[in-house]
Amino acid sequence: MTTPTTLELSPAPNSWMTVCEEARLTPGRGLAALLPDGRQAAVFRDRAGRAYAIDNRDPFTGAQVLSRGLIGTADGRTFVASPLLKQRFDLETGRCLDDDGVTVAVYPVRTI
Amino acid sequence: MTTPTIVLVGHGMVGQRFLEALADRGVTERARIVVLCEEPRPAYDRVQLTSYFSGRTPDDLSMVEDGFMERHGIELHTDEPVVAIDRAARTVTARSGRVVAYDHLVLATGSYPFVPPVPGKDAAGCFVYRTIEDLLAIEEYAKTAATGAVVGGGLLGLEAAGALKGLGLATHIVEFAPRLMPVQVDEGGGAALLRTIEGMGLTVHTGTGTQEVVATAGAVTGMKLSDGSELAVDMVVFSAGVRPRDQLARDCGLGVGERGGIAVDELCRTSDPAVFAIGECALASDGRVYGLVAPGYEMAQTVAAVLAGEAGGDTGFTGADLSTKLKLLGVDVASFGDAHGTAEGCLDVVYSDSRAGVYKKLVMDGEGRLLGGVLVGDAESYGLLRPLTGTKPPVAPEQLVLPAGAGAPVALGPSALPDDAVICSCHNVTKHAITQCASLPEVKRCTKAGTGCGSCVKVIEKLLPKAADQGLCGCFSHTRTELYEIARTLRVTSFAALLDSHGREAAKGGEGCEVCKPTVGSILASLAPTLGLGGYILDGEQAALQDTNDHHLANLQRNGSYSVVPRIPGGEITPEKLIVIGEVARDYGLYTKITGGQRIDLFGARVDQLPGIWTRLVDAGFESGHAYGKALRTVKSCVGQTWCRYGVQDSVKMAIRLELRYRGLRAPHKLKSAVSGCARECAEAQSKDFGVIATASGWNLYVGGNGGATPRHADLLAQDLSDAELIRLIDRFLMFYIRTADRLERTSVWLERLEGGLDHLRDVVVKDSLGLCDELEGLMAEHVAGYRDEWAETLDDPERLRRFVSFVNAPETPDPTVRFVPERDQIKPDLTILTIGTLEGATSR
Ligand code: SRM
Ligand SMILES: Cc1cc2nc3c(=O)[nH]c(=O)nc-3n(C[C@H](O)[C@H](O)[C@H](O)COP(=O)(O)OP(=O)(O)OC[C@H]3O[C@@H](n4cnc5c(N)ncnc54)[C@H](O)[C@@H]3O)c2cc1C
Ligand code: SF4
Ligand code: FES
Repeated sequence: MTTPTTLELSPAPNSWMTVCEEARLTPGRGLAALLPDGRQAAVFRDRAGRAYAIDNRDPFTGAQVLSRGLIGTADGRTFVASPLLKQRFDLETGRCLDDDGVTVAVYPVRTI
Repeated sequence: MTTPTIVLVGHGMVGQRFLEALADRGVTERARIVVLCEEPRPAYDRVQLTSYFSGRTPDDLSMVEDGFMERHGIELHTDEPVVAIDRAARTVTARSGRVVAYDHLVLATGSYPFVPPVPGKDAAGCFVYRTIEDLLAIEEYAKTAATGAVVGGGLLGLEAAGALKGLGLATHIVEFAPRLMPVQVDEGGGAALLRTIEGMGLTVHTGTGTQEVVATAGAVTGMKLSDGSELAVDMVVFSAGVRPRDQLARDCGLGVGERGGIAVDELCRTSDPAVFAIGECALASDGRVYGLVAPGYEMAQTVAAVLAGEAGGDTGFTGADLSTKLKLLGVDVASFGDAHGTAEGCLDVVYSDSRAGVYKKLVMDGEGRLLGGVLVGDAESYGLLRPLTGTKPPVAPEQLVLPAGAGAPVALGPSALPDDAVICSCHNVTKHAITQCASLPEVKRCTKAGTGCGSCVKVIEKLLPKAADQGLCGCFSHTRTELYEIARTLRVTSFAALLDSHGREAAKGGEGCEVCKPTVGSILASLAPTLGLGGYILDGEQAALQDTNDHHLANLQRNGSYSVVPRIPGGEITPEKLIVIGEVARDYGLYTKITGGQRIDLFGARVDQLPGIWTRLVDAGFESGHAYGKALRTVKSCVGQTWCRYGVQDSVKMAIRLELRYRGLRAPHKLKSAVSGCARECAEAQSKDFGVIATASGWNLYVGGNGGATPRHADLLAQDLSDAELIRLIDRFLMFYIRTADRLERTSVWLERLEGGLDHLRDVVVKDSLGLCDELEGLMAEHVAGYRDEWAETLDDPERLRRFVSFVNAPETPDPTVRFVPERDQIKPDLTILTIGTLEGATSR
């Protein structure tokens, strides 16, 4: 029996924490993870199996909800659309695709 | 260098087009141009002549833009027919005696209506149908007439007959051939057409000749027919074909065809190289005289190019398409391409429904290319099929002729057409050229498309910007309706499969987006029973498609908490249930409010509290109210006959019945309903997507109402329905809406957009004009049978419950940012906390 793949996230340089089993993530959707310092991360998996993590806080409303948005592709970039007011954030860079000045933090992820 | 003179004889549609083509090429600056025009007015749109009877004035019909002649220095003489041509001297002489010398002479004299040489044909009350003057005369005479006959059952004859009928006359059509429109349609088409025309109240005599027009005191009183019968008629319109006006050419010795028409070569030159002939007066090099405007326009372009000195080998006129669509109101007839299947080895695909008067035939070649076709009774697809001529259509030919619902896509959008498809055949304009423009006026100005017979306008509109990309989003160029049909007919059961097979190239293999995922999610949910998908909307891939509200089966609020709305059918609730709601709200500290939809909303639940709350609600007999879904929301009721002194039916009972029937039904947008017990309308049914008002003998059904930002009163769809009739009609209505509406399009907007509006809707869902009703009812029956409460199903399955946690890595920890502060003895979100980015500690209220 193979052990299930685990998804890990790096909340700070040189440190990794377990988020969940990779299979827990429905491709195309996200989940929230609580980081050791009280921040929240939104982790996602796309159709191709690639994982991403960004800050969970929607900078437009302050609510910790980005993990509940839908992910999509626009011009080759994978993004999540905030479930509240629908602004889209690039999952690789954290940049808001609808408002140049706004960015959310991005966390490195890996599977082991 | 002297300026050459170009003389144009005849200022009809083709003549005007010729002048425009000269102007486009700058020839008007280098040459003197003289136009001699027989009619008292400059060129007008003869093709749209009949629209004069529907209110278009002669000025509206004019084809000459204001100032065109002045701007280009063209000398136009109206009321000035040419009576002779002197080719040796190169002059023409007009009736007034005016003589004009030419270097190049262009004849565009058109045709004259053929009047069979029957006795009495010149009596008062006999007319032809060619010019505005003819129509004015017909209109005047019809004022004192009660009955009319049209001689000739061709395209123009039917238009003329429609006009007479419109003028209030009992109208006969006498056609020598065994069927109507013998040139355009075949036998099957003729039979369908006959039924339709007769259905409109016209009397048709086919296979019958006109022997004599009977006149009394010089005015028409009757007509003798070849079958020995006699018709009493007050006026007669001859529309027995046209003949080229080639007399001038004959008189000056130019070559003419045996059966008429000024003989020209591919460059439209007559036997005298200084003289050209274009339009209906010309006998083209392929041996035909074209009685349609599009080929004439091509000839006009050809001659303009020759005179501009740019004629290459490929500009010549070598033949043209004979597509036509009848413009007569209420009859749908079209033929295009090789409609009679004359090409060698060609094959037919025929659909015929004599009951409905529909006949459609497509002619294909051995390799599956569309060569032409005939459409009678339903020419909806003409605009799309004609441009596909010569290509292999994107779907099987039978899908192109089958009526909607019999396995055909309800609407094959113009997006299916290739870029080089000719959309406007009058002006030879391609889809590509049209998509360069931003609006219909711009299309007409820049390409002239749509300014001929007008039959392409519908398709043009669909190609234009707002519509240009009618596509759902950056991932799909199809509309929601098209995707629904694709999913249904091709049985596509997943978003990924749909995106990879029908998405835009760049989007294939990608994630989709926040627009198409929920839309497809909703389509798959609506079709779930048909597609054999499990009814649970969060199973498998579907979970990834739903908006966050559907994903958590609750409504997301501004601070990340959720609201909970149990279903309270018809707004009726027992004290016990009210108490349970109160207890749940109290125990979880939820804010409670009576909604505008006659039920109770509980606000302020954290995602991890939802299962606990619902366990108690489900135990008490509540179900999901789908306040989160694009689905049926509420069916409001008034108290009705049971209590109210005015009530005439049990409105509460009916509201509950409807709410239970349609609960859980996923739709393009939310659906609301109400039932009032009498015309006082306390339930506000007329502001609902479907509203029901009791009458003494049953129920009136209203549809397409809306509150919200753009309120709309609902339209009365049907009256005095029994319970069963009411439900059957709502079933059909809802399923037809689900099938054809756009994403996030309420029934009100959909109904406004629906071509033919309420009448069309009534045709489809009441009269079953598309033969769809059985299927629509079947779909609803499947929905009703397959309904299960989403929350009960969720609670039953530990796997499904796993999504209801605040943190995947700390399932027991509630989200500390979801906090509340007191307000009026209840709670409200603490928004200050949200302005701080992070927060330590894990306490909540
Ligand atoms: C709770 C409620 C207000 C209340 O406190 O009474 C409400 C609340 C919301 N309405 Fe409403 N509407 C509520 C009755 C109405 C009504 C009255 C009615 O149904 O009789 C209308 C006008 C009638 C109509 O829809 O035609 C109404 C017209 C809208 C509209 C405008 C729709 C339109 O076609 O213009 C929206 C926006 C939309 O759906 O796009 C909307 C959207 C919303 C949303 C879903 C906004 C959102 O996306 O967050 C609100 C979510 C509430 C939640 O989170 O639970 N709500 N909303 C009512 C819930 C009724 C229910 O029991 O389900
Ligand atoms: C009611 C109706 C409906 C039609 N519907 C369609 C349709 O749906 N689709 C389609 O493709 N076609 C249709 N047609 C046919 C279309 O109108 C003709 O093909 C088109 O008008 C031909 O253009 P033309 O310039 O060659 O001839 P015309 O438009 O007839 O113009 C010829 C002009 O030359 C003038 N003229 C003739 N002799 C002389 C002379 N000696 N000196 C000076 N002037 C002269 C005439 O008075 C006339 O004004 C319809 C026609 C009618 C009457
Ligand atoms: S709509 Fe008529 S029956 Fe219903 S409560 Fe009002 S008055 Fe009474
Ligand atoms: S096809 Fe006749 S105007 Fe376009």
